[in-house]
Amino acid sequence: MRTVITKKLPLREMYVWELPVRIFHWVNAFCITFLIITGFIIAYPPAILSGTGAQQFGYWFGYLRFTHLTLGLILIINFLVRFYWFFAGNKFAKWNNYVPLTKRQWKGIFETVKVDVFLLTPKPIYDIGHNSLAATTYLGVFVLIIVQAVTGLAMWSAASEAPGAGLFQDFLFKAGGFFFLRHLHYMVMWLFILFIIAHVYLVFYHDYIERNGIASSIIGGWKFIDERLAKDYVNELNATEELDKKKHEIKELEKEVKETKAKHNG
Amino acid sequence: MNKKGKTFYEELMAKGYSRRQFLKFCGLMGGMLGLQSTGVAQIVEALETKPRLPVLWYHFQECTCCSESFLRASHPVIEEILLELISLEYDDTLMAAAGEQAEWVRAEAMKENYGNYLMVVEGAVPLGSPGYCTIAGKSAKQIFDEGAKGAKAIIAWGNCACSGCIQAAKPNPTQAMPVHKLNPGKPVVNVQGCPPIADVMAGVITYYLTFDKLPELDNTGRPKVFYGRRIHDTCYRRPCYDAGLFVESFDDENAKKGYCLYKMGCKGPNTYNSCAIIKWNNNVSYPIQSGHGCIGCAEPNFWDNGPLYATLPAIEGFGIETTATKIGAGLTAVALGGVAAHAIVTNIQKRSLIKNRTDDISLNVEDNQEYCGELGKRMDNLNKKIDLIRKDQLTYLGGGYRPDKPSDEPKN
Repeated sequence: MRTVITKKLPLREMYVWELPVRIFHWVNAFCITFLIITGFIIAYPPAILSGTGAQQFGYWFGYLRFTHLTLGLILIINFLVRFYWFFAGNKFAKWNNYVPLTKRQWKGIFETVKVDVFLLTPKPIYDIGHNSLAATTYLGVFVLIIVQAVTGLAMWSAASEAPGAGLFQDFLFKAGGFFFLRHLHYMVMWLFILFIIAHVYLVFYHDYIERNGIASSIIGGWKFIDERLAKDYVNELNATEELDKKKHEIKELEKEVKETKAKHNG
Repeated sequence: MNKKGKTFYEELMAKGYSRRQFLKFCGLMGGMLGLQSTGVAQIVEALETKPRLPVLWYHFQECTCCSESFLRASHPVIEEILLELISLEYDDTLMAAAGEQAEWVRAEAMKENYGNYLMVVEGAVPLGSPGYCTIAGKSAKQIFDEGAKGAKAIIAWGNCACSGCIQAAKPNPTQAMPVHKLNPGKPVVNVQGCPPIADVMAGVITYYLTFDKLPELDNTGRPKVFYGRRIHDTCYRRPCYDAGLFVESFDDENAKKGYCLYKMGCKGPNTYNSCAIIKWNNNVSYPIQSGHGCIGCAEPNFWDNGPLYATLPAIEGFGIETTATKIGAGLTAVALGGVAAHAIVTNIQKRSLIKNRTDDISLNVEDNQEYCGELGKRMDNLNKKIDLIRKDQLTYLGGGYRPDKPSDEPKN
């Protein structure tokens, strides 16, 4: 008989992606998509071979560039908010997810390459937040966003009187002028396209084989998590809380010892 | 050299110019340099009272187009009197003397004006081999160093001297070096362009004579007054760019209508220069006005960012004229293919998982428990630390101390 009920152990719904993380994701998705489209038109404007000229076409290319610049600014502000959330957010949003500094993360990257890239075993990897490989890739995306922001602002500075534009103008000259920055800005756009292909495909892939609601989790923030992992996470939360308390206690004690010593000697 | 000590004004009067022409020149310079009307008065005073700057003009690896540009200055007033502005002591291209005589003139001029003269350098200095540019038994580098030693300041005149131009383009076989990379130890001003506009040179010299310092420079050493804005931002065809109206080929209707040359590879958006304002040949025209895109000749390394007629530069190592677009599109195709292949292999390899035939043994569940164990260990360590501190407190105070009972405080 065909099984219609999963063989998996009980799953628990877990709140993983907080609202700022989800907003960050969708604002990014919107901005990057339209930045690519407008950017492409700026690089390769369509041919207009008939018509009465500027009277008829007005300022459309100018408005298109305006749109591109505005979207770029939104992308930057969005990233700055996310930067704050790297420190204020929950465990899955913290900055250290994205920087592979621990052995655990490197092991995770290795395992993910084995299981999800080279498909060497049917067993899935189960993470609550990002898997280590994905998180490290996002670090790359953050770097790309910064590169695009800096090169974009440097090019914008040529026609801007805004405060701080001078700094970017100096950077523009130091970095080798428009030739280099325009080219870099354009090449990095292609990296975004490559990233989007991999990213969207992998969402489908994970949702298809693991069935843990990864696709819908970025809408509502909830994921289906193996009960053991969920419990571990709760334990971990409690343990971390307790650790913080202990650390606080030690600080207090040390302060006290210092005070009494000072009094005793003085 | 008997002209020495004469002011520009005296020189002009001696040559039969009128005061009106002199004042016109001063007004024009003041306008170009963006000075207030009092600034013009300062120029008039300086040119009337200060002796002209002695200039030694050096030529290295170059095509002399910069000299041509200087000698055929655009504005009628400038054209007539530009050469009178300076006291040109030595210029190997313009002087009648040759051979040993010429060398003697240079040595004398350097000796006489030591520490006072302005050194104008045209062309790049090759370091690859002395054979590339040796004059009278001295290599270009030697001649340059000698000249720079006694100079007050150096004007790098043209792209060759500012950034090496075509001879410094990859692979730079002669190791051509621009002036600022030779560390002459003197203030250097880069008057960029291939060639630069003569009026700019007049402006720089006038400024230097009037205020005894170089004009404000940007990061690449160009005077901001003349290189502060892009050709794109001062171009009369800019409205066509903003309206999205472009020339598609040099012989089409749009070219006839004078639309924007951006798609023909115009480098106006990349280039800082004042061609669109000062213009060339008696202020008649400049490349874009003549229907040809800007090639970006006032920017460093513009030759390495070709082709001249493409919006985006070619990428080396991928064959001729391969742009980032072609590479990007290729990689995208590869990525899409890879993703499709991955999807197929997934359906085969993960079949048992997809068909729900496998017990779900997650790879990193055990891992996580290990991590939780680690947390427990850390907790133990902290507890031990607390005990140690408590003990320390007690031993130190002889055991009789209870922090919560202030009455028990020991007396000194």
